[in-house]
Amino acid sequence: METYQNLAMGFGIAFTPFNLILALIGCFLGTIIGALPGLGPSNGVAILIPLAFALGFDATQSLILLTSVYYGCMYGGAISSILLNIPGDEPAMMTTLDGYPMACKGRAADALAISGVSSFVGGFLATVGVVILAPLMAGIAYLFGPAEYFALYMLAFCTLGGVTSVNQAKSAFAACLGLAFAMVGLDNSTGMDRYTGGILHLMDGIDFLVAIVGLFAISEIFLFIETSGQSSAVGVKLGKITIPIKELKQSFGAMLRGSGIGFIAGVLPGAGASLGSFMAYMAEKSYQGKNGAFGTGDPRGIAAPEAGNNAAAGGALVPMLTLGVPGSGTTAVMLGLLMTLNITPGPLLFKEQPEIVWGLIASLFISNVVLLILNVPLVRIFVRILTIPAWVLMPMVTMVSFVGVYSLSGSTFDMLLMVLFGVLGYFLRKFEVPTVPVILGILLGGYMEDSLRRAMVISNGDWTYLFSSPIAIGLWIFAIGGFVAPIFLRRVIKRPELMSGDGASDHD
Amino acid sequence: MIASDRIFGLVVATGALAFLAGAFGIQTSFLSDPLGPKVFPMLIGSAGFITGIAMVARPDPDPSWPTPALWLMIGLATLVLLGYAWLIRPMGFLLSTALASALTSFMIYPNWKTALPTGVGLSALLFIAFKYGLGLGLHAWPQSYGG
Repeated sequence: METYQNLAMGFGIAFTPFNLILALIGCFLGTIIGALPGLGPSNGVAILIPLAFALGFDATQSLILLTSVYYGCMYGGAISSILLNIPGDEPAMMTTLDGYPMACKGRAADALAISGVSSFVGGFLATVGVVILAPLMAGIAYLFGPAEYFALYMLAFCTLGGVTSVNQAKSAFAACLGLAFAMVGLDNSTGMDRYTGGILHLMDGIDFLVAIVGLFAISEIFLFIETSGQSSAVGVKLGKITIPIKELKQSFGAMLRGSGIGFIAGVLPGAGASLGSFMAYMAEKSYQGKNGAFGTGDPRGIAAPEAGNNAAAGGALVPMLTLGVPGSGTTAVMLGLLMTLNITPGPLLFKEQPEIVWGLIASLFISNVVLLILNVPLVRIFVRILTIPAWVLMPMVTMVSFVGVYSLSGSTFDMLLMVLFGVLGYFLRKFEVPTVPVILGILLGGYMEDSLRRAMVISNGDWTYLFSSPIAIGLWIFAIGGFVAPIFLRRVIKRPELMSGDGASDHD
Repeated sequence: MIASDRIFGLVVATGALAFLAGAFGIQTSFLSDPLGPKVFPMLIGSAGFITGIAMVARPDPDPSWPTPALWLMIGLATLVLLGYAWLIRPMGFLLSTALASALTSFMIYPNWKTALPTGVGLSALLFIAFKYGLGLGLHAWPQSYGG
């Protein structure tokens, strides 16, 4: 019954007028960010973090704003998938397969309604899942000592490249690069300076917000210049908005199955929303067998991946809140937000600052309702926004990124560093090196080193201590398995090709 | 001929060696734990070196690189953004933002008729939104030093 009390407290926090307005703004912005190709949840959230910080929001408020944005992106991504055949962000990729054909048959409005409702079902069930699973996970997390945490970090790095990565060497390199950046600055326990080159600005280390905004947002502009913003896809007209009740009933099973699969994919480290929607679609396709008309505008082909990616988005919050290890790119960015606010995720967060956790969970429920309203009856507003050309959008995104970092630190050095991270991000993406492990490395590098060193203090330098508990051994096995498996799985699972060569290479 | 990844792998391996060499140069305090500040960077450097070698050994197909003209554009864009970062403080928000956004807009869609209004419009709009809407401390015009 403790859960009910906690939820009631959470709703008490979330229902204050200011927090409701924040959730509304977040949902609105998130849907726009998700819908616009070239802007996805991770860079959208990344750009907004410095702003939320500069505006002086407290932890609960910033979290409510940014998780609403995060959920909103998952809804919004489908809009451009359906109307333009361009996924607004990567998790919405599977929605193009049946959404666009359906829109071509003159049923764009029905497709949008199905996607909105499935997103709601997925998001809602996943939030219920968070309520049930998060306290349990937090309980398990009490058993974790430094050796277990070190193994857990290894697991996160080994699997984050995940099934979606093309080349395991490159994922591993990305993790090393991030960890290397994390080493810059004064060493925590001895105070010795490392890799600063005597530059005073680097003594505090590299601010990960600067790195995140550079890698995710600034690099985007270079990709747009390269393609010269040539995403002139033929849009489909939106007819009268009706609610296709018959098809919603028909695809309700698909929504439930998609939510279940998506949630599990979200909770597992390194899988994330893209994999969630992918697996939900494939599972539904094989479940329906010959009954389905997948690929030609089957409503279940919209319902399953949309429920899947929203459920995965919720599920990814569980490891992030309870263990401090994010399950996806965007939750990695949100972990960055928590750390900026001096909040350490983990079991202690549930015990000592329950108002943050439960306020957040309550506002997730509220966001879902708001998003359902925004995305079904009011979807026209967002369709209009989709017509903003790249030559206005990209300069705007860049300038907003600068203002964010500028108002955060006011430091010219940080802004220069951000541009350099942008250039780095461009090259990494050209070489198909995933950028999420880099971010995770910068975020977790310090913690990972700390846990290793504390483990060595406890054991007096005995390395076998790292493998001394069943939990640690289990995590190591999963880490190694998760790293090796994709090398073999790649031959079995082929990712579907994107139908257009646009610049929308976001991470979920 | 797969060249890009091999070169990239070599760069990575060299960088990792440099990082490793740097780790040996880290000073250890007399008040240190069993591991000290050197070991973790050494592990990272070694792992990074292995990934570099792996890329040289098993390269992916070449990515499609931009044409020389586009390289020039990307280089220019980098300079514009660096310049913006450098100038936003001394020049004030309005002028520097108008310039930088007009230039980046032009690089995406080379037409001054769209780029100039974009620059001026964005600069004004963002200034109003951030300064008066969100209350951030931005300076509109060049500041006199010490003021």
